[in-house]
Amino acid sequence: MLRIRLADETDFEGWRDAARRLLTRGVPPSDVVWTVGEDAGDLFTHAVPQDDTPKDTGEPVSVPRGFVDLAKQVVLHNDPQRFSWLYAMLWRLRKEPRLLTVSVDPDVVRLEAMAKSIRRDIHKMRAFVRFRKTAIDDREWYVAWFEPEHHIVAANAPFFKRRFTTMNWSILTPSMSAHWDGEDLAFSPGASRTEAPADDALEDLWRDYYASIFNPARLKVDMMRSEMPVKYWRNLPEATLIRSLIEDAQRRTDTMVATGPKDANERPQKLSASKPAAKPEGGTIAALREEASHCRACPLWAPATQTVFGEGRPEASIMFVGEQPGDTEDLEGRPFVGPAGRMFDRALEDAGIERTRAYVTNAVKHFKFVPRGKKRIHQKPAMPEIRACRPWLEREIEVVQPDLIVALGATAAQSLFGKAMAIGENRGRLLDAGQGGPPVLITVHPSYLLRLPDADAKEAEYKKFVDDLVVSRRALDKAA
Amino acid sequence: MDISKKLQILADAAKYDASCASSGTVKRNSLGGKGIGSTEGAICHSYAPDGRCISLLKILLTNACAFDCLYCVNRASSNVPRARFTVEEVVSVTLDFYRRNYIEGLFLSSGIIRSPDYTMEQVVRVARELRQTHDFKGYIHLKTIPDASDELMAEAGKYADRLSINIELPSETSLKTLAPEKDVRAIRRSMGRMRNRIDEAQDDKRAPRFAPAGQSTQMIVGADAEDDRAILATSANLYSSYRLKRVYYSAFSPIPDASRILPPQAPPLVREHRLYQADWLMRFYGFDAGEIVAQDTGHLSLDMDPKLAWALRNRDRFPVDVNTASRSQLLRVPGLGKTAVDRILAARRVRAVRLDDIPRLRVLVAKVLPFLIFPDHTPHRLIDRADLKARLVPQPRQLSLL
Repeated sequence: MLRIRLADETDFEGWRDAARRLLTRGVPPSDVVWTVGEDAGDLFTHAVPQDDTPKDTGEPVSVPRGFVDLAKQVVLHNDPQRFSWLYAMLWRLRKEPRLLTVSVDPDVVRLEAMAKSIRRDIHKMRAFVRFRKTAIDDREWYVAWFEPEHHIVAANAPFFKRRFTTMNWSILTPSMSAHWDGEDLAFSPGASRTEAPADDALEDLWRDYYASIFNPARLKVDMMRSEMPVKYWRNLPEATLIRSLIEDAQRRTDTMVATGPKDANERPQKLSASKPAAKPEGGTIAALREEASHCRACPLWAPATQTVFGEGRPEASIMFVGEQPGDTEDLEGRPFVGPAGRMFDRALEDAGIERTRAYVTNAVKHFKFVPRGKKRIHQKPAMPEIRACRPWLEREIEVVQPDLIVALGATAAQSLFGKAMAIGENRGRLLDAGQGGPPVLITVHPSYLLRLPDADAKEAEYKKFVDDLVVSRRALDKAA
Repeated sequence: MDISKKLQILADAAKYDASCASSGTVKRNSLGGKGIGSTEGAICHSYAPDGRCISLLKILLTNACAFDCLYCVNRASSNVPRARFTVEEVVSVTLDFYRRNYIEGLFLSSGIIRSPDYTMEQVVRVARELRQTHDFKGYIHLKTIPDASDELMAEAGKYADRLSINIELPSETSLKTLAPEKDVRAIRRSMGRMRNRIDEAQDDKRAPRFAPAGQSTQMIVGADAEDDRAILATSANLYSSYRLKRVYYSAFSPIPDASRILPPQAPPLVREHRLYQADWLMRFYGFDAGEIVAQDTGHLSLDMDPKLAWALRNRDRFPVDVNTASRSQLLRVPGLGKTAVDRILAARRVRAVRLDDIPRLRVLVAKVLPFLIFPDHTPHRLIDRADLKARLVPQPRQLSLL
C-alpha cells in the first residue's frame, strides 16, 4: 500500500505529479492511499519512493480533452475520497480513452456530479456573500462572513477582485480568508464569525427592498428554498423577513381581493399638452401614406410591424412596383431597402436611371411571412391580398401620374393587369394595361436574381434585367 | 419623503414586471477602471418567497403615470401613493447595494410623465450617470418608452445591456380595451428599431454599442380572454420579427386599488408555468407554435406538461429507439431534457445506451419508458394503452407544489 501525502486540500499540482508517477509505474488505484497535510497516516502504508528507475519519469500522461479541467474542479470538493476517485478514473482512461463521453457510466457520473456541486458552490458564493461596511486603520473596508461547502475560496477570490476592484474587502470563512486592498489579493487562515462586523446601517434599506419586491399573491416557497437553500439564510440580512412575509401573504392577498375596486383617483397625472401632428394635405402621397398606415383591408396587417408605403418623387415620370416589403423593409417602414433593394439600386445605376427620379412602391404594402425560430420566412401574397391592396396602388398612380410603370415580378404584373401575366413572354416591352393608364413594362423581381444558385445564370439574368430597365429608360427619353 | 419610503413605493410599483435577468451580455470587469462592477454570467443574489430571483434592483423612477392601463397598479386613475426618485438617489442606492453584493445591477422603468421623450430622458440620465460619472460596469436594463426619439433610444442602447418594451397583451383588441393610451403599432415599430440597432452593433464592430444583451418583452396572462394559442402565436411572431431574447409571461395578479373593470382574482400561476414550458419547446426543442396547443381547446392542458400532452396526441410517433433516433426525435420524448439528450448522443457513439443507464441521466424512468426502445427493453404496446395518461400525469396534489 502506497501513501501519497499532498501539501493541502486543493493541491492539484501535487496530485498530478504523484498520479503521473504512479501511472507510469503501473500502480493500481487499490494500492494507493491519498492524504492531505501533516496527519499521522496509516502505519501500514509508506510514501511513494522517488526512485530512479527509468519507468518513473513523471512525464505528462496523455489524457482526453476535458479531463484536466474536470480534475481541477473535483479537487476542490470536500469529499476526502476525491483524489483516489480521480486516480481511479485516470487508471480506467488508459484502457478506455473515450470513457469521459460515456456520461451514463457510474464513475463518470460521480465525477461530473462532484464538479457540478463545485460549480454550484462557487456560484452560490458569488450570489450570497454579503459585505458589511466598516473601517480598518481609517480606511473604508467591506467585510463578509461566508461558509462555503467546498474548498473554493482561493478559486473564487479573483472573481471578487474583478468585480470590486476599487474597494478594499475581506471575505472571512471557517477554512480560509481572502483579502483585497486594491493592489494585492492575499489569503490568511480561517476565521470565526465574530471577527466580521455584526451589522451595516444599509441593511434596513435592503430589507425594505426585499419586502417590497415580493408579491404576496404568488407564494412559491419551495422554489425559493431550492434556489436559496436554508443553510445560507443565517448569513443573509434579508432572510430574517422570510417567515413573516410568508405568514402574512395570504392575509394580504385576501384583503386585496376583498377590498376590491375603489373610486378613481380624482387628480390623475396628465401629459403636458403637445401640439397635435399636422395632418398632411389631402391628395398627396403623404396623406395617402398616413391613411394607409391604418389599413385593415386584409389580415396581413396584424403580424407585420407596419404598412410600407411607396416613396420617391411625387411627380416622378417612372414608377417601379415590386411585390411586397421584406424583413428589412417591414422593420424600417421603407420599400426596397433590404438585400433585393440593394440589387435593384445597382441595376438602376447600370441602366442609367437615378433612383431619386423614380417613385418606388409595392403591389402589397404589408410583409407576408411565417415565423420560423428567429427568422421570418417570406410568403407569396395571394390573390385576395393583392386585390385588397390594389386601391392603394391605383391612388398612388393617380397622384404621381407617371409616364411609365415598371412591374417587377409576377405579383406586380398581376396587380397592374388584373390577371396573371407570364413574365418570359411579356418582359422588356411596353404593354397597355388598359383603363387608360400609362404603359407598363414587365420584368423580373430583383429578389429572383438573389435566389439563383448558379453564378453564370445569375450574371446572365442580371444582364437581361438591366436590358429591360434600359428599354424603359429609352422609352422615357423618347417621351420627354 | 425619506429614501426608505420612496424605495418601498417604487419597488412595489415595479414588482409586476417578471424579468430580473442579468444574462446574455458581454463580459466586463472593473480591473483598471475607476469604478466597480462586472458581468460574467447571470447571478441571482436572493430569492423572495414568491420564488422569483432577485438579481437586479428593480424600481420605477416614478410611479406617477398619465396612462390608464387597467391591469396596472400605477395607472392614472389608481389611488396608490406616488413617489419620485431623483437621479442621484437611484445612482447612490444602486452603488450602495452593489458594493454590498446585494445585486448585479439596475432594472429601471418609469411611469409616463409629461411626455414620452421627457420620461425617457430621465431614465437615460440615470444610466449615463452610472456609466460615465461612476464607471459602473454592472448590468443595466432599461425600459424604453415606445414613442421616444431615435436619439434617446440610441443613447439608452449605449449604456444599457438590455432594453425592453412590454407588448402587454396578445392582441390589439385587448390592448385597446385595457390600455387605451398604448399603441401596439408604436410598440412594434420600436421593437423593429431596436432589432435593427442590435443587429448592426453585433454585425459591425465599428457600429455604436447597442444593448449587447438584446431586447425582451412581457405579456400579461389572464387579464383578457385570449387563449394560449393566441399567446404562443404572438410570442412566435415576436421572436421571429424582433429576435427577442425572451418573452416573459406574467400571470395577472391582484393589485391594491384595482379597477372596477378588472377586479382582483387569484393569479393563474399554473397556466403561466405551462406557457413558459411551451415557450421553451418553441425555442429549444424544435416545436412550432401551432402544434403545441391542442386543436380543440385552444389552451394548454393544466394537468400535464405540454410535451407530454403533445406526445399523447401523437402516439403514432412513438416509441423511438434510444440508440438510433435522431436528436430532434429524442428532444420530443416526454421527460428527456436537452442535457439528457446530449448525454445520450455522446454516450451512444461509444456504446449502446441501456435501460439501467437512464436513472443516471437524472430522468424519470417511468415517464420516458413508454416512449423509448432499449436493447434490453421494448415498451410492449404501452403506447396504445388507454390508461397511459393516468399513469403518467402527476396527481393533482403535486400540482400545488408548482
